Amino acid sequence: MGFNDGLKSLAELPVRSFAYVVTVGGQGLTRRRLLDLGFVPGTLIEVIRSGPCGDPVAYGVRGTTVALRREAAGEIQVKAAGKGWPGWA
Amino acid sequence: MTKIQELYRLAGELGDGRKEELQERIVKAIYRQAEAISGRVVSRHPGWACDWDRRIDDVVTSRLTGFPLMLLLLGVVFWVTIVGANYPSEILAALLFGLEDPLSFLFDYTGAPQWLCGMAVQGVYRTVAWVVSVMLPPMAIFFPCFTLLEDLGYLPRAAFNLDGLFKRAGTQGKQGLTMCMGFGCNAAGVTACRIIDSPRERLIAILTNNFVPCNGRFPTLIALATLFFAGSLSTSLSFMATAVVTTLVLLGVTVTLLVSYLLSKTLLRGLPSSFVLELPPYRMPQVGRVIVRSIFDRTIFVLGRAVTIAAPAGAVIWLLANNSIGGQNILKGMANFLDLPARFLGLDGYILTAFILGLPANEIVLPILLMGYLAQGTLVEPANFQDLGNLLVAYGWTPVTAFCFMLFSLLHYPCGTTIWTIYKETKSFKWTIAGVLIPLAVAVIVCGLVNFVGRLILN
Repeated sequence: MGFNDGLKSLAELPVRSFAYVVTVGGQGLTRRRLLDLGFVPGTLIEVIRSGPCGDPVAYGVRGTTVALRREAAGEIQVKAAGKGWPGWA
Repeated sequence: MTKIQELYRLAGELGDGRKEELQERIVKAIYRQAEAISGRVVSRHPGWACDWDRRIDDVVTSRLTGFPLMLLLLGVVFWVTIVGANYPSEILAALLFGLEDPLSFLFDYTGAPQWLCGMAVQGVYRTVAWVVSVMLPPMAIFFPCFTLLEDLGYLPRAAFNLDGLFKRAGTQGKQGLTMCMGFGCNAAGVTACRIIDSPRERLIAILTNNFVPCNGRFPTLIALATLFFAGSLSTSLSFMATAVVTTLVLLGVTVTLLVSYLLSKTLLRGLPSSFVLELPPYRMPQVGRVIVRSIFDRTIFVLGRAVTIAAPAGAVIWLLANNSIGGQNILKGMANFLDLPARFLGLDGYILTAFILGLPANEIVLPILLMGYLAQGTLVEPANFQDLGNLLVAYGWTPVTAFCFMLFSLLHYPCGTTIWTIYKETKSFKWTIAGVLIPLAVAVIVCGLVNFVGRLILN
């Protein structure tokens, strides 16, 4: 099984699940912002909650909480890590 | 040599083609280093603080309670402001207007000419005294309350909640933050629009900031809500006034969303950009800092600016009210001229004149209006609230007039300072004009409609 098998976009993950970042797509400022905020390949992300309108969604990244819209989260490819806390990578 | 320096060296050697990959490697290296350092020096208490944050967020941003809680907080802040500002305002007014006679006496004593005494005392001093007594107490309460919410970390949650609505309007949740700044001062709100990355969305936020009532208009709204919609019982009074002011603010938010939507579909077409917002952990507010920041940085600043504008404006308006051209009193002449269009908006000539002359600062609109109404051409003593209400009724005010006045105040156009700020921020004459005309058009349409419907219902 290759490393890129079973990839999903971050936007597809259900609330209260965990995943590791594999690639960050997008371009220009958006991509730069995502990287700067800590969405770096290998990082563990927790899907914390969705807003009252369903979008944006709050993600836990390296101890901080960052809200992303569906479009931005869609640029991030992740490997699901299940529902429990998998520990630091 | 560290990893990062090595990467920078490599960056020099590489062409543009692999910029993306390089960017990623740099960020990765920075994070790896930061992780190594933090792993050595930072120890975490697992869960505790984070747990509380989540529990609070569960309530504050939930589908069920997120919006009602925002509304409740807004209402509570307004209620505290209205109730708390009432007595200090009266005491201040009594104190400041009590000084007027000694001041006049002083002028007489030094043998100053009559017109100088009139302009200085009845023009400048009265206007400044009015602005201080009406504005200072609400600001001294509202700003600390607001700074408290800011310090707690609530405002980013509000932006998080609102983003879904703003997305539908073609913009983004950070506009909610700039609107919050607008409560203090629209000029500050317009400057705050710099936090929005997308130029298109920043422009929309700048053009619509005016629909949030700033501190110059807020006391006027409170005063009129208390006078016309409060009934006579003192407990229900504050609740009714709060309800009216909160409704007006919600209306302002609705108009903001609608106008943003229309702009996104017409003049400023485009797709909503990405919205990235950090939700910082909640903090215990530092009371000392809240007070210092809200009183000195905001209250004194805004009041100081209002007074520096009110003082010369007071002199000019006194001159207009006490001089004639061709046997016609100037202020009265303006009011007569504007009476017909004003009636269409549910206002009268004096009100429209006051709004036009009040362009430098919204807080002087009510003082100008009173100066215009009074035959002797100067302000009444507003120490007694009921007298003020009686005076307005005597000049033909109905609840419809009061409501149209409040709506016009909420919507009309930004004050001089804000218009100048819009120009500085956009560097465009065209968008500055749009920043004036769009709100004006909305105000004319809304007031015209409300007046029409209101009269149908009342008659």
